[in-house]
Amino acid sequence: MNKISSVNDFVIKFANVNGSGSASANQMFAKGVFRSGIPVSPKNIFPSNIQGLPTWFEVRVNEKGYLGRREGIDIAVAMNPQSYGQDIAELKEGGYLIYDSSWKRDFGRDDINILEIPLTKLCVQEFTNPKQRLLFKNLGYVGLLASILEMDKDIYISLIEEQFKGKEKLIEPNIKALEIGHKYAEENFKDLCGIKVKKSNKTEGLILTSGNDAAGLGCVYGGATVCAWYPITPSTSLAESFEKYSEKFRVEIATEKNKFAFIQAEDELAAMGMTIGANWNGARGFTATSGPGVSLMSEFIGLAYFAEVPAVLFNVQRGGPSTGMPTRTQQSDILSSAYASHGDTKHIMLIPSNPKECFDFAIEAFDLAERYQTPVIVLLDLDLGMNDWSSKEFEWDDLREYDRGKVLSKNDLDEVEEFGRYLDVDGDGVPYRTYPGTHPQKGAYFTRGTSHDEYARYTEDGVKNAEVLSRLTKKFQTASSTVPAPIFNQEESSSSIGVIYFGSTDCSMQEALDDLEDQNINVDAMRIRSFPFNLEVWEFIEEHDLLFIVEQNRDGQMRTLLMAEGGIIPDKLVSILCFDGQPITASFITSKINAHISGTPSVAAS
Amino acid sequence: MTYIVKPKNHHPLLERNELGLTRRDYEGAVSTLCAGCGHDSISSAIVEACFQLSIESYKVAKLSGIGCSSKAPAYFLNQSHGFNSVHGRMPSVATGAAMANHELLYIGVSGDGDSASIGIGQFIHCARRQLNMTYIVENNGTYGLTKGQFSATNDLESKSKYGDENLFPSIDLPSMAIQLGASFVARSFSGDRDQLVPLLKAAISHKGFSFLDIISPCVTFNNHNTSTKSYDYIREHNDSLSKPDFVPLGKEITANYEKGSTIEVPLHDGSLLSLEKLSDNYNPQDKIAAIKNIQESQRDNKVLTGLLYVDPNAKDLKEILNVSDTPLNKLASEDLCPGSDKLREINLSLK
Repeated sequence: MNKISSVNDFVIKFANVNGSGSASANQMFAKGVFRSGIPVSPKNIFPSNIQGLPTWFEVRVNEKGYLGRREGIDIAVAMNPQSYGQDIAELKEGGYLIYDSSWKRDFGRDDINILEIPLTKLCVQEFTNPKQRLLFKNLGYVGLLASILEMDKDIYISLIEEQFKGKEKLIEPNIKALEIGHKYAEENFKDLCGIKVKKSNKTEGLILTSGNDAAGLGCVYGGATVCAWYPITPSTSLAESFEKYSEKFRVEIATEKNKFAFIQAEDELAAMGMTIGANWNGARGFTATSGPGVSLMSEFIGLAYFAEVPAVLFNVQRGGPSTGMPTRTQQSDILSSAYASHGDTKHIMLIPSNPKECFDFAIEAFDLAERYQTPVIVLLDLDLGMNDWSSKEFEWDDLREYDRGKVLSKNDLDEVEEFGRYLDVDGDGVPYRTYPGTHPQKGAYFTRGTSHDEYARYTEDGVKNAEVLSRLTKKFQTASSTVPAPIFNQEESSSSIGVIYFGSTDCSMQEALDDLEDQNINVDAMRIRSFPFNLEVWEFIEEHDLLFIVEQNRDGQMRTLLMAEGGIIPDKLVSILCFDGQPITASFITSKINAHISGTPSVAAS
Repeated sequence: MTYIVKPKNHHPLLERNELGLTRRDYEGAVSTLCAGCGHDSISSAIVEACFQLSIESYKVAKLSGIGCSSKAPAYFLNQSHGFNSVHGRMPSVATGAAMANHELLYIGVSGDGDSASIGIGQFIHCARRQLNMTYIVENNGTYGLTKGQFSATNDLESKSKYGDENLFPSIDLPSMAIQLGASFVARSFSGDRDQLVPLLKAAISHKGFSFLDIISPCVTFNNHNTSTKSYDYIREHNDSLSKPDFVPLGKEITANYEKGSTIEVPLHDGSLLSLEKLSDNYNPQDKIAAIKNIQESQRDNKVLTGLLYVDPNAKDLKEILNVSDTPLNKLASEDLCPGSDKLREINLSLK
């Protein structure tokens, strides 16, 4: 029998029944590997369902730090008979199948290693509580894995102790469940598995967290005080993260009152309206949503753009169109975010690639929104937002000050001879604003979405309206030099071929670039991090004859945006598109690039 | 010219309030609504109420949606910030604004299209959340700016100017507001200034969601003799519950009422709302009686006006959400940012 052998480099997939309590056990397995010093990227592949449907949890363990999804499963923990067929088919030759042999099965594959453990029977013997009998099967297989992978069991014992801190009664039975699986494996599977986890030091300076959690924390550090939101997968945990950290850090000690307002709105329209109202009144407010929410918010986004009210919106993208695949990932709201709303509108977008950037860009978004008095949309996706990533640690400089933009105080207004809300005093397209309640006689104005002049007065003078629209374009151009610059994989371009990518594609792209280098294919690469596009983006495109644009959508939306904004010739930009709802993989990218370079462009473009 | 500024010359003998201001100081731009529009009378009543209450205009935020009514905030309190938002969405903008700074006074002006149709969801949830604001619906039963379509508050029996039948029953916003938890609900008539001004003063002084449904005839599209929202119809069918008088904090009741005929409601800010009963079974603090009164008057083809319901002790949204007394927009960065030490702890917890 062939046996896969590897150290600190494998993919394990857990197949469970949704609602069976498996997620926290699977998460614990991943965290145990992380604590052993090896970067991990757990991915929860879940149904839009509360209980009963199949759910999967995939963990890639990779000492080199490649965290993108990889095809092919080395170890399958199949705990759901409903999905046995699919789960066994995905397993690589020489891979390992672990299943609950309380009910024995013949899987019809003789090229895999089958590890049978009668988990249900063992748990029925050891526990009397029916709920525990079911739940502890999960920790049972974690114990088994710790044994066959030769991991330090104590890591899991301390993880259990941390998880149940304050609920000490639960610690003992949980450890017992872990031991059941561990003991069984020690007795039955000694030296059976060729895959090992060996302690390493590759997680120094790293944390294990999700993009949504990081962005919610970033909102707290960014000084946001009003969060108005409506529940929608996959953005809900971002708002909840803000609430969690606010409750921890933003409660007045003396009064126990909140230095924040957390409002679950009646729908996304109201969430956006509240966000705009808060920002209009000088508080940093934000909302978190996904594609369908952005569609609903679009009218309001146009109002904030035209009336020049700051607003921060997190769009955690999911599979579209329409209701689409709510629990799968895509980058398919690039255009609907960039140009959200009717009429001529354009919005600043920030596109983070990892939790550290989600934290940083959340803070940056509030500064940019107030500096440019306009909506800023932070584009995450389900993979980045909801899954845990081995990310660089968060950083904060205590000397950093918020940029509250051009806001006139009472004293400023006393000195200003004439206040006009939309006067371009500085010539950068960014006017001065006042908060309501600032000055008894000066600075009041009427905010409106109707056409207006420099003094915010309603006008039907088309020339005046055109002047305002042109100034908004100027303002957008001003922003292009201050939004986050792209990241280059090389100091100087050296190839005629370039690759452009963004967002959660980053990890798979780094792996793909290494693979291409191994194949002696030299390409330059640039990661776009914002819109409007900076000068460096156009220079990179100028420097190359052929550019691959790697995206997780069907229509090549970033390519369209580059063509529209930069007048780039379509032939120069070749799309590499993954839109099956699964995170893009390195082998997908390299195979498409290889196919195109070797002369079959139609494959690469599809 | 689409925006007309009023000249600012005052007569030296104009009456002044406690702040030394005249009524002219509370006015706005020249109205561009039709001559005789009820909305202009309401704007004028708001000016009067704010003048009498000696309100500092710059501490007021005026918000609206879209429609004739929603233009009105431009025509009063020109020293206040205004926000003409999108159709039916004023309540959410007001909610966000009020959460950012609870110290301002929020006056929302909406219409029957804005609140009973496109924005009914926002109206409902704003009332339910007890946002501390005065929410005015200038109710004329018609879509004026789009030339006279029926709105959802138009009565079933009320025909259009061109004789069209109205096919659907009307939505009664005050009944809804009471049921949803609004803590101050009144109906009035733009043509009854004696009732409207004290009601506005009380609504503004009340802490919580103050809702005023003000019948405001549309002279161009809904003032004909088959309309139930015309000046003549309302004057004939107006069934006033009480004669309200608003007594600010520290002032004495001057009106001379018969003993037992008045109800006094002390408001949160120490002022007093005194109501001369015009109906025997009137008790504005009884929710069930309030809804019953409205239903009975509808049955009798009357338009019930006056203070319908009040709960002077209701909690507002700021209290419900336990938001700090320092307005959120006045918190300094050291109040907001937990700092690098705390971030190091967070990093450690994510290892």
